[in-house]
Amino acid sequence: MSDRVFGVVCILLAAFFIWQATEIETGFIVDPLGPSAFPIIVGVVLGVGGIYPIVRPDPAPDWPAPARLLEIVFAVAVMIAYAMVLPRIGFVVATAVAAGLLGWRLGSGPVAAAVGGVAIAVGIYVVFHLILGLSLARGPWGF
Amino acid sequence: MDAINSLLDGFAVALTLQNLGLAVIGCFLGTIIGALPGLGPANGVAILIPLAFTLGLPATPALILLTSVYYGAMYGGRISSILLNIPGDEPALMTTLDGYPMARKGQAGEALALSGIASFVGAFIATIGLVFLAPLLVKVALLFGPAEYFALYTLAFATLGGVASRNQAKAAIAAAIGLGIAMIGVDHQTGVPRFTFNDVYLYDGIHFLVAIVGLFAISEVFLFLEHRGEGEAGAGRLTLGRVTAPLRMIRQTIGAMLRSTVLGFIAGVLPGAGASLGSFISYTFEKRLSDKDNTFGKGDPRGVAAPEAGNNAAAGGALVPMLALGVPGSGTTAVLLAMLLTLNVTPGPLLFQSNPDVVWGLIAALFLANVMLLLINIPMVSLFVRVLLVPPRFLMPTVAMISFVGIYGISGSSFDLIVMIAFGVLGYLLRKLDVPLVPIILGVLLGNEMEKNLRRALTISDGDWSILWSSPLAIGLWTFAIVGFLAPLIVGRYLRPKIADEELGEGADPD
Repeated sequence: MSDRVFGVVCILLAAFFIWQATEIETGFIVDPLGPSAFPIIVGVVLGVGGIYPIVRPDPAPDWPAPARLLEIVFAVAVMIAYAMVLPRIGFVVATAVAAGLLGWRLGSGPVAAAVGGVAIAVGIYVVFHLILGLSLARGPWGF
Repeated sequence: MDAINSLLDGFAVALTLQNLGLAVIGCFLGTIIGALPGLGPANGVAILIPLAFTLGLPATPALILLTSVYYGAMYGGRISSILLNIPGDEPALMTTLDGYPMARKGQAGEALALSGIASFVGAFIATIGLVFLAPLLVKVALLFGPAEYFALYTLAFATLGGVASRNQAKAAIAAAIGLGIAMIGVDHQTGVPRFTFNDVYLYDGIHFLVAIVGLFAISEVFLFLEHRGEGEAGAGRLTLGRVTAPLRMIRQTIGAMLRSTVLGFIAGVLPGAGASLGSFISYTFEKRLSDKDNTFGKGDPRGVAAPEAGNNAAAGGALVPMLALGVPGSGTTAVLLAMLLTLNVTPGPLLFQSNPDVVWGLIAALFLANVMLLLINIPMVSLFVRVLLVPPRFLMPTVAMISFVGIYGISGSSFDLIVMIAFGVLGYLLRKLDVPLVPIILGVLLGNEMEKNLRRALTISDGDWSILWSSPLAIGLWTFAIVGFLAPLIVGRYLRPKIADEELGEGADPD
């Protein structure tokens, strides 16, 4: 079943992709093939490839139980939040919180996770910023 | 003997203090990355590329650092295979078959030493092969026009989908997804924006490092979250004994090492095969040839030596098409190609002429790295064993955070980080669905080159498609591509690691 859904998604994506490719406006520099031919070929490969999993699907993978799926959604949310606030609150604070939350969900106790998060953030800061001189996001406090 | 002279020049490049230092660091990090289950050569190198890039290393040192990591990971994968029965990375899978039984018999030290020596033999001879084969391939490649290059890229996708994947249709889908992603952004030839939806962030296209790190590293974190608590290794009781291989054992296995080296090297050179196939072929061949007393699978030293020599030889072999043609043959070499492109070095035949110091410096560094790895891996192996005890609940957040640091360093934009997370989710879903990730990476990397060559060919012929198969060379490449894609369907599934299907069916880290 998963494979069938995947195949349908591929075909829809291919259709959208080909439609978008035909919408590309050509400029005044033109070569015989133009900018939309190759994307159309790629779209056709994607669409034709998508038929096979619909016709002959592989056995469905064992998807995680809802609780575990929620864990993954939570991790994605943590990462997105991290990406958004990183430039605003600086590397060390953001990383300590994000790494701590991920570590907690990966099975550390709350205290160990907090300590681990801070250790990871400070460790990366020391190695990559202070020793190697990489520029990291600076927050209002300069780190 | 041009190759020898160039190689000597290469040693002059590699033997600076900085480059030697980077090689040592690379070997060390690589062994750790290889040893840790869940971090393999491809995602290990992927995480480190943005860092090498943002640190502003020039091409040669950066390449030396990362190929040392690549070779190191091939050595390191055996450690957890032997001690824990968990392959540290996919190519080390075959080593578990005889390595773990040896460890159970109290021969863990011997197995580690022997596999270290086998790795050295395989990698060293393969690097010699690289010295001689790559310039030959360059001579052929200099005859290539745009049509031949287009056929060559198709060949790379076809063999990758045919030989190395379980399902040709899914490999084709993956390649198309990758090529489609490469199309996003301003068209290089006409300057029109494509698939940008008028979003400024998309005008430059999607940076392939963002895609690679997301697909390989971030998706790994999600897989770990899903499998949290399962198969936590009971690594408490690890008795190593003396880490030396008796001379008798080396004499007994030397034939196996040499045969496997040849097989592994060939597997590595073929586009799309890579180190996992190298170690698989080596092990099965050796088993058929010398398993007379039914000792394979029960701790036969030859069963440890063969796959280790095979996968390290394949790692060296895979660099041949990557450097000489600019077409990577495996996941990790695709990632290395990404780094070269980031540094504005275009691999291919011209690289040997325009930047000989990069190529030969790299090859010389590989020889040095090999010697270092042998020295690091035998006396200091107990240090790496201790690294195995780091629990994933600390390791995985670190991997995620280092990925973020690297990608943020490239552009300093939150947008790229979010795209990377999206690729992480995509990578997770595709791995669950058993869609190979390497064709996606290859598509993202080669898409623009592939299109450029197609359009150039058709500009030359003024729109006549028959130019694509008008030269004998091009016809040869097309034939090889079609055979490579279809042969596995007809020949059956002999070439594919069957065990890999069962144990690493999902989330297998491509080599």
